[in-house]
Amino acid sequence: MYTFSSKLKTLAFILMVVGIIGVGYSFFTAPKTLEEAEAIIAAQHHGGHGEAAHHEGTHSETHENKADEAHVTHVEDTVKEGHKLTDEEKAHLASDSVSSIVATAPAAHDSAVAEESHEAHAEAAVAGHDAHKAHDAHATHDEHKEHAEHVFHQLQNKPWAAVYVAALFFMLISLGVLAFYAIQNAAQAGWSPVLFRVMEGITSYLIPGAIIVFIFLVVGVLHFHHLFIWLDPEVVAEDHLIQQKSGYLNGTFFLIRAAVFIGGWIFYRQYSRKQSLAQDEATDNLSYKKSFKGAAAFLVFFIVSESIMSWDWIMSVDPHWYSTLFGWYVFASFFVSGITTIALITLYLKSKGYLEYVNTSHIHDLAKFMFGISVFWTYLWFSQFMLMWYADMPEEVVYFKMRIENYNLPFFGMVAMNFLFPVLILINTDFKRLSWIIVMAGIVILLGHYIDFFNMIMPATVGDQWFIGAGEIGAVLFFLGLFILVVFTALTKVPLLAKRNPLIEESKHFHY
Amino acid sequence: MSSHYEAPIRKPLIIGDKSYHDVTVDVARPVEGRANKQWWIAFTIALAAFLWGVGCVAYTVGTGIGTWGSNKTIGWAWDITNFVWWVGIGHAGTLISAVLLLFRQKWRMAINRSAEAMTIFSVIQAAMFPVFHMGRPWLAYWVMPIPNQFGSLWVNFNSPLLWDVFAISTYLSVSLVFWWTGLLPDFAMLRDRAITPFTKRVYSILSFGWSGRAKDWQRFEEVSLVLAGLATPLVLSVHTIVSFDFATSVIPGWHTTILPPYFVAGAIFSGFAMVNTLLIIMRKVSNLEAYITVQHIELMNIVIMITGSIVGVAYITELFIAWYSGVEYEQYAFINRATGPYWWSYWLMMTCNVISPQVMWFKKIRTSIMVSFIISIVVNVGMWFERFVIIVTSLHRDYLPSSWTMFQPTFVDAGFYIGTIGFFFVLFLLYSRSFPVIAQAEVKSIMKTSSEKYKKLHESHDNHSHSEHNHH
Repeated sequence: MYTFSSKLKTLAFILMVVGIIGVGYSFFTAPKTLEEAEAIIAAQHHGGHGEAAHHEGTHSETHENKADEAHVTHVEDTVKEGHKLTDEEKAHLASDSVSSIVATAPAAHDSAVAEESHEAHAEAAVAGHDAHKAHDAHATHDEHKEHAEHVFHQLQNKPWAAVYVAALFFMLISLGVLAFYAIQNAAQAGWSPVLFRVMEGITSYLIPGAIIVFIFLVVGVLHFHHLFIWLDPEVVAEDHLIQQKSGYLNGTFFLIRAAVFIGGWIFYRQYSRKQSLAQDEATDNLSYKKSFKGAAAFLVFFIVSESIMSWDWIMSVDPHWYSTLFGWYVFASFFVSGITTIALITLYLKSKGYLEYVNTSHIHDLAKFMFGISVFWTYLWFSQFMLMWYADMPEEVVYFKMRIENYNLPFFGMVAMNFLFPVLILINTDFKRLSWIIVMAGIVILLGHYIDFFNMIMPATVGDQWFIGAGEIGAVLFFLGLFILVVFTALTKVPLLAKRNPLIEESKHFHY
Repeated sequence: MSSHYEAPIRKPLIIGDKSYHDVTVDVARPVEGRANKQWWIAFTIALAAFLWGVGCVAYTVGTGIGTWGSNKTIGWAWDITNFVWWVGIGHAGTLISAVLLLFRQKWRMAINRSAEAMTIFSVIQAAMFPVFHMGRPWLAYWVMPIPNQFGSLWVNFNSPLLWDVFAISTYLSVSLVFWWTGLLPDFAMLRDRAITPFTKRVYSILSFGWSGRAKDWQRFEEVSLVLAGLATPLVLSVHTIVSFDFATSVIPGWHTTILPPYFVAGAIFSGFAMVNTLLIIMRKVSNLEAYITVQHIELMNIVIMITGSIVGVAYITELFIAWYSGVEYEQYAFINRATGPYWWSYWLMMTCNVISPQVMWFKKIRTSIMVSFIISIVVNVGMWFERFVIIVTSLHRDYLPSSWTMFQPTFVDAGFYIGTIGFFFVLFLLYSRSFPVIAQAEVKSIMKTSSEKYKKLHESHDNHSHSEHNHH
């Protein structure tokens, strides 16, 4: 039997407390009123000349982009003006950064059209119309106010989005492990039964984790946060595209779907755990057969619920954007994170002397899955990205345009973390048997996939106001602490080796 | 490599009281014997179909592409449909030999040789369509980036049709090398058993002087693993690139991001169905029922069921997102598929691909050889229609209603397709009489863990000694 080391337990509590402080701080410092937001914007832009120069850059670019828009007649003037006024503007920007923001507001809005985040849609038309006006030094107060409101909403979303990304990420890790566990059962894998109890331990987090996510969604439907703008009747009233989707995107149906999916996953988790434990004490293979059938049934439910879940909980934060591949892409992301987590926890338990029959061959197999699914994730990432980039259709390419412009480092950095690094290091057979290599690759993979979810949620909710600060790190630490606490508590409940699984002997003697 | 202990619940993969020598004899028998009358009948029919196809292709090239039913709106129809269909079928061979090797599936041993042969023969069929659907096939070599006298006029690497050239040619080469490497020990076996000087000579050349030393085997296994590791991403990328032909476009119904993995799933689906069709006949006519057992057929049926379900999820995803997108062209593309003039092909596709594999959930059905055979053909009909539906229904009605039209194939379209089927069977029939259709060396490697004979031995041994299972 495993005993939860008091050090690890303390660490989990510390992570949770530090996490709560971080999250609390980010909620506390988020602007409560428009005036506060304006002050924050002003403070941001007193930052220095570098930033001013940057704004100037986007400024003239924006005017060139405007050529595509309706105001063809104004464009030539505007562009000319843009070049002529450069020096003047510099002085202007330096002296009054707030109005410089006003001038660049359409730039932000222009990529926001792209993003179609919060009010972007409503503002898009305005931004287009007022492009030339905004350029003018005589920017009106309306535009200023609109921009400030826009940023205000993004800043208000920031702590919520930080919590959401972390809550979703850890819950999905657990769900990924559950899918892996079901696949191992349904495929009658001979190598993995010695790891079943580790996997069952990790899936125990699914229960609190999924309930937290569900509560978060309920809180959204009750309008405490505004991550899903299609829940906002005012936005929907002005947005015919969302109106068309309201048969699907509405609070009630959204929560019903979520409840069904979460209920189904938790049910299978509990059921498979029960059968797994029953098989230990049984005299026949009845429970094993039930596990097998349960796994097959779950996998059918999973492929459907997972696809819809990813449309609902992730894709719908950008309600104008759509991609048919999205569900499978999300799956690959959390599936590889789940497998990585199995490897890391197995190595930890092994290092503490708990897993007698786990040898380097088991680790090698897990590492191969980390390698293979990382490649698979990249395949799906590339397929989705390349097809939209290639066809360059405005209604969908905006998604990537926004990310490349405002999330350049996280967007391409995650490809390095989720593909280049693990693939290069895990291709070596000997390396796949070395704990420190697996731990190193595993940490990079997990961080990389956190950033993947960050990239999916943040652009639509906080736009260019993103930052990995107290709220984001705090949320990750809190959920990490909770995850450790729940998972390792579950591991103490039952022996770490399944006893009478018909394939356990194969697994004990497995060597590759 | 992997453990030699096998759990008692696993069913034997080699039925009967087979020894190593029996395997050799059983595998060599079709090669060493003479063809019977049925073989010659089948071969004649296949050859006739092939020659008819050659005539149709000659007619097309001589007269022009206008002999086909394609028109100004529908520039791609049966040609690309058949191309994608054949490429898709080819994928199962690599899946079985490479992916199942990576997943250490012992049951692949009895079927991988024929599956790979099927891959190679169907990729050859597929490769003919990109050439002969060209208006000027004699300039086909222009797709290669070769330095030339036009000031080194180059190809544009942005086109998925060019990626196809690289994908298909690489795929064919790698599959051929992978297949041939695996054949070396088996050709050596035929060489060593040959009685006539002619066959001795032939199999000596084919087996490359394989002598089966420990070092050779060690490298053989490593090469197989490396090739399997390379062939797996290759097989995914080949059909992905084929799917890019459509998905990179802006045509409603074509431009969808799910196409790459969904085409791959469809390829596995149709490929396994074709393997099933062929092996169900082969096990019978070549007396290989002890090696290609009902369990093999059942497992292939399960793969068909799984990939069929994945394809089903993809269909539903496409339908849902078409509605969700709010793009009326996209919505119409799917309404047109379901209710337009080609509704019958859409519903045929849906029935064959989504509903028919679901019967495999019943053990009675998936272990019935007769039903498996029927379903495997139904699946391939369905998958042909899938490609037809994607290609033709998306083209015949798209953005401009003034360009809407219909497609009617001509006998030349059909003749070319029939010709490739004939050519495929010509090759496959010749293969089944001259090649060892089961990788005997591999089958022998699982004899002691997975044959009925040894499983019984283990059982009685365990019962007597109550030993812990430490056989390795």
